[in-house]
Amino acid sequence: MDVILFLIFAAIAVVAAINVVVQTHPISSAVSLIGVMGSLAVLYLLLGAEFIAAAQVIVYAGAVMVLFVFVIMLLNAGAEARVGRSFVASLLGAPVLIALLAVLAWVVERIYPRGTTVHFGGFTGGSAQAVGRALFTTYLLPFEITSILVLIAIIGAVVLARKEID
Amino acid sequence: MDSFIVISLIKIVLVFAVLMTTLAYLQWVERKVIAHIQVRPGPYRVGPHGLLQPLADVIKLITKEDLLPHYVNRPLYVAAPFIAVTMSLLSISVIPFGPTIEVAGYKTSMQLTDLNIGVLFVLAVSSMGVYGIALAGWSSNNKYSLLGGLRSSAQMISYELPLSMAIASPLLISNTLSLRDLVGTQAGNLWHWNLFHGWQYVSFIVFLIAGFAETNRVPFDLPEAENELVAGFHTEYSSMKFASFFMAEYANMITVSCMAVVLFLGGWVAPWPAEYGSRFVPVIVFAAAGLIALYHGAHAARKRDMYSLPVVGVCFLITAAIFLLPMVQAWLLPLFWFLAKTGAILFAFIWVRGTLPRFRYDQLMGFAWKTLFPVAVANLLVTGLVVALVS
Repeated sequence: MDVILFLIFAAIAVVAAINVVVQTHPISSAVSLIGVMGSLAVLYLLLGAEFIAAAQVIVYAGAVMVLFVFVIMLLNAGAEARVGRSFVASLLGAPVLIALLAVLAWVVERIYPRGTTVHFGGFTGGSAQAVGRALFTTYLLPFEITSILVLIAIIGAVVLARKEID
Repeated sequence: MDSFIVISLIKIVLVFAVLMTTLAYLQWVERKVIAHIQVRPGPYRVGPHGLLQPLADVIKLITKEDLLPHYVNRPLYVAAPFIAVTMSLLSISVIPFGPTIEVAGYKTSMQLTDLNIGVLFVLAVSSMGVYGIALAGWSSNNKYSLLGGLRSSAQMISYELPLSMAIASPLLISNTLSLRDLVGTQAGNLWHWNLFHGWQYVSFIVFLIAGFAETNRVPFDLPEAENELVAGFHTEYSSMKFASFFMAEYANMITVSCMAVVLFLGGWVAPWPAEYGSRFVPVIVFAAAGLIALYHGAHAARKRDMYSLPVVGVCFLITAAIFLLPMVQAWLLPLFWFLAKTGAILFAFIWVRGTLPRFRYDQLMGFAWKTLFPVAVANLLVTGLVVALVS
């Protein structure tokens, strides 16, 4: 059951991710990206990380992508025009892609030794309590630094959006 | 395992049937209440007191021509109403209606599923519901729809913040994210509810205001302000696609009311314990309604009331008698209190619609960011401080 669900949603994630690049209209790409985020949330859920799954949907699929869609709608961006492709790209594209995937597969295969496959439901530290405890004990410093980073970003946005008062 | 699947399927069918009927009749209730606020009778022609009006509306909407304008972005235009209605119906699956009960030897809880991130699930699903409206507005390829969709997405992003902040305070007090456990911590009587026990009056009001805005209801129904935007994001929609947006709006109203009841008003818990007579409240309410109907049937103003009102009165009296049966009290009483509280908040939704005018758009955004959000954050800080000092 878990494996079937994993295969379904992993396939959806990959197809939607490819679709993000293939689509010419920004809204279609954004909708595909929402699909990627949603499938990733399901994968987190399958692994037992409930809180991360909910946060993934609320923050990424919800808030961030709504802003993307909002900006695309506001700017009324049209579909991209296909320009003439270069000869080099069409010649080297497929071989380079295959080579990249092969290198990636080789690196992953070397990093992770055989036999350490993922067990669905084996991970129990995904509840809100566990994540909260980890954030405020083990990872307190990175957490606080991230907060300051967000604060700096907010101040930057306010400065950029401020109207000049003469 | 098999019995679990069968029971779950039965529960899903039951909840879905009740939810759909409520959706249809909520619209009738809304039209009636608004009509009486405005001193007119409201729907009156189809069935007694217009009671069959929802059925007539459904038949009308299904049989209408489903137009697909040639200038729309077809896949998104078709998908948008489905997204809106699916996301709004999904969240009912984690709402608890009552305690764990035993039916024919099987123990089951009156809830479709109890997630231990139930509150976050509702927030996640409601944040996905924005896409239905935003994409409907954009894909219609019409300036009024686009502006309606833009307004709606901006409004929902803005009001989601105070809503989440208002939800966080009762969560701090109850110390759980599961909706069933939330009700469990409020068991007992009125003074154990988060609203009174935790002094959560501010966050309750912030939650209701933000909830009104999230469901695009008056006074925050800017996305469909007809004097500015024709019908807003659903201008180009017809037939069942148009009805889907209405269903989504009413389902969201029900979700917000259920969440308010579970978070602040103790869910299915009675206001005072059953030993002190709270189990007789539904009996008294229904018996009184039945007797009033019988009295008016005996002194009928119109000829047909001589027959219709006694029938209604007898139905009410039978309902009152059912509440006295000990074997059904275990699940009927919690259900009564849950529905009574949810109904009261739904009535407030309709009441506000009949009372308040619409905001201007800049007032709406200013109110969210400059008033509601700081108030919600301040309330969260104070609640957090008190919880930290007490525990």
